[in-house]
Amino acid sequence: MKKFLGFVKKEFLHIFRDTRTLVILFGMPVAQILIFGYVINTDIKNAGIAFLDMSHDEISQKLSDKIISSGFFVKTEDLASYDDIDRTLKRGKTKAVVVFENNFGKKLTGEGRASVSIIADGSEPNTATLITNYTTAIINDFNMQVAAPAAGPAARVIPEVRMFYNPALKSYYMFVPGVITLILILICALMTSVTITREKEFGTMEALLVSPLKPLHIILGKVTPYFILSFINVLVILALSWIVFKIPIRGSLPLLLAATMLYIAMSLTLGILISTVSSSMQQAIFISLIGLMLPTILLSGFIIPIENMPVAYQWFSSIIPPRYFIVIIKNIMIKGAGFSYIWKETLVLTAMTVFFVIVSVRNFKTRLE
Amino acid sequence: MRKKVIEVRNLVKKFGNFTANDNLNFDVYEGEIFGFLGSNGAGKTTAIRILSGLSAPTSGQALVAGFKAGTQAEQIKKNIGYMCQKFSLYEDLTIKENITLYGGIYGLTGVQITERRKKLLEKLNFCEYENKLIASLPLGLRQKLSFLIAMLHEPGIIFLDEPTGGVDPITRRQFWEMIYETAALGITIFVTTHYMDEAEYCDRVSIMNEGRIEALDTPGNLKQKYNAGSIEEVFIKIARPAKNTIAV
Repeated sequence: MKKFLGFVKKEFLHIFRDTRTLVILFGMPVAQILIFGYVINTDIKNAGIAFLDMSHDEISQKLSDKIISSGFFVKTEDLASYDDIDRTLKRGKTKAVVVFENNFGKKLTGEGRASVSIIADGSEPNTATLITNYTTAIINDFNMQVAAPAAGPAARVIPEVRMFYNPALKSYYMFVPGVITLILILICALMTSVTITREKEFGTMEALLVSPLKPLHIILGKVTPYFILSFINVLVILALSWIVFKIPIRGSLPLLLAATMLYIAMSLTLGILISTVSSSMQQAIFISLIGLMLPTILLSGFIIPIENMPVAYQWFSSIIPPRYFIVIIKNIMIKGAGFSYIWKETLVLTAMTVFFVIVSVRNFKTRLE
Repeated sequence: MRKKVIEVRNLVKKFGNFTANDNLNFDVYEGEIFGFLGSNGAGKTTAIRILSGLSAPTSGQALVAGFKAGTQAEQIKKNIGYMCQKFSLYEDLTIKENITLYGGIYGLTGVQITERRKKLLEKLNFCEYENKLIASLPLGLRQKLSFLIAMLHEPGIIFLDEPTGGVDPITRRQFWEMIYETAALGITIFVTTHYMDEAEYCDRVSIMNEGRIEALDTPGNLKQKYNAGSIEEVFIKIARPAKNTIAV
């Protein structure tokens, strides 16, 4: 045990003496949380909107006011003719134009129907979709309050939408769990694979292997500091997301932390596996970054819903460990779910960990032979 | 009769169809400086890995410090020192930290480590620099330090795998002086090298070629037998036939 602790201490010294390692360990997570949370924001706030009002009546004025007062939009200008639409969209500040037809108010009160066109800048599809959805929702609301009573009662189904768990549909509810998932696998797998291949490259691994330390102790000694530091990292990220973004942890914190420990352990074993197949630090970095970062961002369900992917990609996504952890962490953090809702994912992660350990041990033995 | 510390009998190591060590037989005695020569790929590294407990023989037997390679690797590891080809100290740790680490790994107590560290640094006249990072030391000094740290747990046998690669001639000479001093204490030195002048300093020399030991004797006897002026000539005479077969 004393031998082992001495070895762990040495590993901590390596980490704390290397500024680059420290930056990756602690700087990257904080930066990523803030970047993903603040900059990559899919919510609409103060999007530029212009109006082309051919009617200029009380009702069209009321509707435009309602759109602007919603807080999602800022009025950029009032247009005079259809020709102005192209011009204002091209400038870029205006993301959409709302057009009221001639005699809008009169038609609405008289005939019971009038039309509004929403012309959005399709070169930014996401924003365009969001803006049209938001405006349509505002117009529907307006229908209920103003137009419908005026036009007389009519039987219709009125959908009342409520968003559970994230009523305001804040996108950082999606990003924070995603970033935790991404950061943990990157840091754990990258750091472990690099630190082990470094010993191989520098020849210190040979010296350790001929020492009375057992290979298992060497590997455990190398990953223990990263386990501890990654766990501290998670606490920092959770605290940060709570303080900065006010994201609550609805489920049980101990369950969340236990699941996170499992995920860290899985990522560390993956890092060990990478180190057994790479002969240099560059190779380990390459495999960890390219092999883990892109699939985690694109195929884990972090940003793109898995159900929307082609079947082949869905299959591929099922072998990506982060996919399961994202479900676990979202369920616990955002939905407040208990273990009965995440046991399947937990089981998959456990199985993956065991698999990585078995393959690593086999690879390691072959290398020793 | 001197005591045998390494006994190798009919040692064979195969990787698939490839025979890396083909029926090796030799003994190494206590306090001897045993030169283990051979061209690259001759099977030296494989043999050293077996003798240092890293790998098991396919057949045959090797006893190191009285323990069987393969089955008693753990006991072997406690009784040998090892300094490898590449540099084996941690550059981002200080001299003191490296010594504490290796002392701890070999199960020395805190008091023993402190005592031996002081003795070791006195030997190098380096006491006031114990808190210097290894990265800041010149290569020659690092190699000497590496050698002394490999002996920190006072093993009976020490394996040196090309210990003087890339070191200047003066440091190399100093390094060999340290080897002589160590051997005089009764510690066995098992050394591989590509410097043929170093081979002349050994008590006995074995030369491997294509997995077999082609020659084993004192440098003097080898030169006489092969009618050569130096071990380098002997080496070339032994290693050359192999090159010819490859060329054909």
